[in-house]
Amino acid sequence: MITTETKTKLNPNQPRRETVPYWEKFEQFEKIAKDPEWVRVARKAGISHFVELGFPTLKDEDWRFTNVAPIAKLPFKPVLEPTRDGVTAEALEHFMFAGLAGSKLVFVDGHFAPELSSTVNLPEGVKVKSLAEAIAKGPAQVEPHLFHHARSDASAFTALNTAFFKDGAFIYVPAGQIVPEPIQLLYVSTAKEDGTTAHLRNLIVAERDSQVTIVESYVSLSDAAYLTNSVTELVAGDNAVVEHLKLQDESQQAFHITTLAAHFGRASNVLTHSIALGAKLSRTNIHAHLAGEGLECILNGLYLTRGEQLADHYMVVDHAQAHCDSHEYFNGILADKSKSVFHGRILVRPDAQKTDAKQTNKNLLLSDNATANTKPQLEIYADDVKCTHGATVGQLNEEAIFYLRSRCIGLETARRMLIHSFAGEIIDRVRCQPVREELDKLVWDRLEQDEQKTTGNK
Amino acid sequence: MTQPILTIKNLSAGVEGREILKGINLTIRPGEVHAVMGPNGSGKSTLASILAGRDGYHITGGEVVYCGQDLLELEAEDRAREGVFLAFQYPVEIPGVNSTYFLKAAYNEIRKHRGQPEFDAVEFLKFVRERMKILEVPEDFLKRPVNHGFSGGEKKRNEIFQMAVLDPKLAILDETDSGLDIDALQIVATGVNRLKRPDNAQLVITHYQRLLNFIVPDYVHVLVDGRIVRTGGKELALELEENGYESIVHGGAVPA
Repeated sequence: MITTETKTKLNPNQPRRETVPYWEKFEQFEKIAKDPEWVRVARKAGISHFVELGFPTLKDEDWRFTNVAPIAKLPFKPVLEPTRDGVTAEALEHFMFAGLAGSKLVFVDGHFAPELSSTVNLPEGVKVKSLAEAIAKGPAQVEPHLFHHARSDASAFTALNTAFFKDGAFIYVPAGQIVPEPIQLLYVSTAKEDGTTAHLRNLIVAERDSQVTIVESYVSLSDAAYLTNSVTELVAGDNAVVEHLKLQDESQQAFHITTLAAHFGRASNVLTHSIALGAKLSRTNIHAHLAGEGLECILNGLYLTRGEQLADHYMVVDHAQAHCDSHEYFNGILADKSKSVFHGRILVRPDAQKTDAKQTNKNLLLSDNATANTKPQLEIYADDVKCTHGATVGQLNEEAIFYLRSRCIGLETARRMLIHSFAGEIIDRVRCQPVREELDKLVWDRLEQDEQKTTGNK
Repeated sequence: MTQPILTIKNLSAGVEGREILKGINLTIRPGEVHAVMGPNGSGKSTLASILAGRDGYHITGGEVVYCGQDLLELEAEDRAREGVFLAFQYPVEIPGVNSTYFLKAAYNEIRKHRGQPEFDAVEFLKFVRERMKILEVPEDFLKRPVNHGFSGGEKKRNEIFQMAVLDPKLAILDETDSGLDIDALQIVATGVNRLKRPDNAQLVITHYQRLLNFIVPDYVHVLVDGRIVRTGGKELALELEENGYESIVHGGAVPA
């Protein structure tokens, strides 16, 4: 049901000019990749779709406010071999959520780094490992899910990822199992050249009645204009409880495109957070397919932008079954000349009676030159539903500042308190306590830096 | 006589060229409760706002002396630290700011201002619980974000609770009665009365006489069109209730 512009079908042998280097690179890559047939087929389809679709442009309704021409102009350098010389556990320490004692997988430029990774306390049957290894050694749990939820034919970036991914995380939680400690996935970029691209591909499967928390962090040791183009497929089975958090803290030169393609089963409970702090341009796609009755999901998000950053969130919440609740809460704090985009599409299919879908997007502009674009989109084909959406774009509330000042709190402290509270509304929804606390500190420090910079410029 | 807490002398003020207060005179001494009554648009809330230091008003004449110092020279937060408290007509909801955190920050600003060491979390909690007992404030007021999701009555009650914590010398209650049912009104008034002492003072701004059944004023001032047209004892409020503001504006002897 995702509408895309109809494009002229092209023969892959006569690709569009801009996609020629990608096609050539794919032919080289295919020779060295040792994939089973079903993966090869998917990759081939991926590159064909990419060549057909090409990079989206501002004329594409779903990309109206986000210009990816700078990505299209970059030389295309997918990282086909591991390059992790010099990356040590010590160098990564401050990127880790220190309060988490559970399993962690580290990927450097899209390649699994086993010597930096560890798994601990995994209950019977739970798998936390490299996806490439899982494809090679035990595809029975992978094949039914991989490529099924993130569709190559609808997105050029997903198509490109499918064609070129080297690795990513595979997390499998069997029915009824509870993973007590959150699982951490850390993606580090060490790119030395512009255009270096890591295509991470993750698959998370939480079978029925299981419970798991996953924290993904995208970080950087690089100053190059690199691209992260990753796809995570998440399957929450019937009655599963899943909390998923993505922290995007890429370098200020980086481009970051991710898709979370999620499939939720009957009576499941899923909480997902997207925290966008870094990157020159970031686009987070979240496609939530509400496939069973009586489930509840919260999509929660916070973006802080400064300088000339752009943070884009594109959400599709697809209510396919009755009695489901979906809530989207996204707050943004924008400084300098930065921009944000929020696109929230809620689709309520004819069978999805008694749907309760809520959406809020609030933007706080700290500068006159910042721009927030917000675009709710409701498509409702059932007649007994509750759907609400609300969006605000504004400055700090003067009345609230006066209220705090009248309670002895100085002007600067009052401003900070209100900015912090705006971020706090979102962070408070993180259930996992150590993650919430560290995230709160990270965001607070980042806001303080901005505040100092702003005050310094006056 | 003791030094007044507040002396307003011939105060004129307005917004963007429009004069709202046209020469107010008012003296409040320790231990006194003053009520300012007046119809809509008479300048009641402007008076409260100017005393608390809200931005956007131009002072065109006169002066305000608070405990011997020029009040109008001080920033809003410094007035509050010196003991001026405004209970808002419309308390502001601040989602995401925890009430305990907010109150502790506010209270510690006063302690810093007085040169006292700040309270840590444990000391503050002990102190704040005592204040809660005086006003019979429910425990969850501390846990919720400031005024967020509070009913109208709860918000007004929370204002008085904040007043109890900050222990002001001069409390200005701006239409604290508006929108309250009789039970909520009694709770709020009881709180205010419990906080009354010989060394502090209260300025109660209200449209209706009802609140003054519970908070009994020593003086009632009638504010009409930016001027205090009459001052009397508590019986003046009853007269107003019976005859309305019209009788005072048109019938009574209006001082120039």
